[in-house]
Amino acid sequence: MLPVSNFPNDVGSIRPNLRRSEDLDGVISTRLDSAVGWARKYSIFQYPFVTACCGMEYMSTACAHYDMDRFGAGFPRFSPRQADVLMVVGTISHKIAPVLRRIYDQMASPKWVVAFGACASTGGFYDNYATVQGIDTILPVDLYIPGCPPRPEAVLQGLMMLQKKIQEQGR
Amino acid sequence: MDTKALLAELYDVVGLGVSALSGSGFDAFITVEQNSARKALEFLHRKGFNVLADLTCVDYLRYGFDERPLPPSHPHRLRRWPSPPKPPRRFKLVYRLLELDPAEGLARGRLAVHVWATGKEAGPPSVMDLWPNADWLEREVWDMFGIRFSGRPDIKRILLYEEFVGHPLRKDYPIDKRQPLIGPKEGAARTVVSDEPLRPDPS
Amino acid sequence: MKKTYLLNMGPAHPAMHGVIRLILELDGERVVGADAEIGYLHRAFEKQAESGVWNNVIPYTDRLNYVSPLINNVGYCLAVEKLCGIETPMRCQYLRVIACEISRITDHLTCVGANAMELGAFTVFLYLMKAREGLYFCVDKLTGARVTASYARVGGVKADLPAGFQEQLREAFRTVRECVRDSEALLTKNRIFVDRVQGIGILDKETALAYGVTGPVLRSAGVPYDVRRSQPYLVYDRLDFEVPVGTAGDNYDRYLVRLAEIEQSMRIVEQCFEQMPQGSVELNKGQLIEAGLLADLGKRGKTGHIWDARADTDPVIEGSGRTSKPDIAADRPEVVLPSKEETYGSIEGLMRHFELVMWGRGITPPPGEAYFAVEGGNGELGFHVVSDGKDMPYRVRVRPPCFFNMAVLHKMLVGYTVADIVATFGSINMIAGELDR
Repeated sequence: MLPVSNFPNDVGSIRPNLRRSEDLDGVISTRLDSAVGWARKYSIFQYPFVTACCGMEYMSTACAHYDMDRFGAGFPRFSPRQADVLMVVGTISHKIAPVLRRIYDQMASPKWVVAFGACASTGGFYDNYATVQGIDTILPVDLYIPGCPPRPEAVLQGLMMLQKKIQEQGR
Repeated sequence: MDTKALLAELYDVVGLGVSALSGSGFDAFITVEQNSARKALEFLHRKGFNVLADLTCVDYLRYGFDERPLPPSHPHRLRRWPSPPKPPRRFKLVYRLLELDPAEGLARGRLAVHVWATGKEAGPPSVMDLWPNADWLEREVWDMFGIRFSGRPDIKRILLYEEFVGHPLRKDYPIDKRQPLIGPKEGAARTVVSDEPLRPDPS
Repeated sequence: MKKTYLLNMGPAHPAMHGVIRLILELDGERVVGADAEIGYLHRAFEKQAESGVWNNVIPYTDRLNYVSPLINNVGYCLAVEKLCGIETPMRCQYLRVIACEISRITDHLTCVGANAMELGAFTVFLYLMKAREGLYFCVDKLTGARVTASYARVGGVKADLPAGFQEQLREAFRTVRECVRDSEALLTKNRIFVDRVQGIGILDKETALAYGVTGPVLRSAGVPYDVRRSQPYLVYDRLDFEVPVGTAGDNYDRYLVRLAEIEQSMRIVEQCFEQMPQGSVELNKGQLIEAGLLADLGKRGKTGHIWDARADTDPVIEGSGRTSKPDIAADRPEVVLPSKEETYGSIEGLMRHFELVMWGRGITPPPGEAYFAVEGGNGELGFHVVSDGKDMPYRVRVRPPCFFNMAVLHKMLVGYTVADIVATFGSINMIAGELDR
């Protein structure tokens, strides 16, 4: 029997502690969870919400030299309905914050959010009236990639950590 | 372009509103009273300054004052220069004109026109009809400094949102006064963020 | 009666890079009115600049036009130097030119690549990004960072060329030429591409001038205005380069002008390497001590035997190599940080260092204001700096070339179809960081 658990990405709510697939009951559910996790982590459809400088490194990472495609994340979907990882790449100002929130709300669960770069993570060195001090003030974040902008190697490391998280998350 | 001769002509047209010519070559600038600003700019436009390269504003509220509190242990700040003269008014608009030869692609002349805004909010008449890009530039000056240009339609914010109160580049607007549209008030970080955040280490 | 309707495009639109909102008035598929809403990346650069010391602005300038950050660095430093009355050494000027031109190439590569990608030519994007990657590698070697380099300093540059830089750059240029050639083969006569860009988004000369448009967009309309040519700064008057000019002012010409400028920039860099004076060589080099040990000795005050020592550091680390190569920064102790050897090796050096980094000290330009324009990736990039004689800028204003290009965007959209918006918007290379600041 498959255990019923909350989807962790309910809009606006604080997420319950994630359960590792090993903790779940039963052989079948464990196997199924890991199969689902495996499938999900290698078919990341990302929505790049590119606003600023980090976009340059995002482009570098996505292109042939660093090649994000090796990790199954090669296909950016520019529609929130078709994406399951929201990559917030660059500074989020207060003017665009509602737009970002709406895009997050439009994405279907399960979904994950990556704060790409210092500005998306904390506001970076823009500590002023215009800038959101980290996107975690407006939506839940799964992965922070530090750097201003992060080097492509850091992005790839972050991507692998996100895959690990997706694998362990179960359904 | 001979700026001296130009200035003499400008005196004839505008009269006493033009107060000074300073600098030389491409750094020359004239200071014009707000009442005669429109006339002077019209004249300069006629004289061949075909590009409005920039329009900006400077808020002289704290010019020459020490506004930054010093730490108690600090002896005193370095003073290498004598205090600059007190500015006559608070806001100064800078019109940066460029005379560009379209065939050669060379700048024939550059002239900055400094206009001290008289009122707290009121600015000189708009120059949108002379240089159409003044539309966005004037909107930016309104947005950032709250100087309202007269004789132009629908001035609205350009960089900030309509809900924003105040004009951030004024010296009395605190840099960290946030007015978020969504999220926590004052834009501060929430104490509870996502569970199990992953942070790659830089090594 | 014909009815028009409004369409909102952006600020997060699938086919457009950058955050901007277009409010379009459509008659069927034809655009009859357009208005751009900007400011979605307003990060308060100008306010932030007023809240720190003069040197603190340099990292913020990186993030103005983040596709060509080095030009912004140099532009800001030149403006402050104009205020202080500083002339930098010849080698430093050449280094700045090299840095600027590398940045200009990355700017144009990114613009052409992204534009082509949005029109469906994904391969071109990959080729040009490959070319850009080689240049980023060189920028990384030179400055220590790939994108946000902060290379220029008031009065000089951060460090001299690292060993083997010229060969690496030559290799990178070979890749760039190869990739540009491949991309041209894929695009320039490609019927699909040409049909979508030729005769689309036409901006005539008079409108461009009236709106203060500069850079490749103005040049493609037939006005050969280039700040490097019109008001030569640094050593551009000694370099031989052409200013490519278009005729029609449409998207196709903008594409061709950008590709031609890539080649010219590479020519400039190659000439720089030929003309550049070699760094002076110090004969008595003193003993070579490992940098960490030197710092430790200096911190403990044991400077008796290391006063003439040199730190053995990576040449890209700031300050190293200054004593042996004084040609990369002006001899102005009131603005230029001393080398690490001096700082740790002598009390005068230490005091000079503290005078520049301590709270309330630092660079203090005389009261006044200065405007300096350089040719940025998108046109005339001007910095207007106002000082009241203190260690913090009173006001820093950027004249962002993008702002003027975007102000005229509606003229380029009206009369064409919705599908042409993507092509036109891509070809003017909007960079939100510099547009909204």
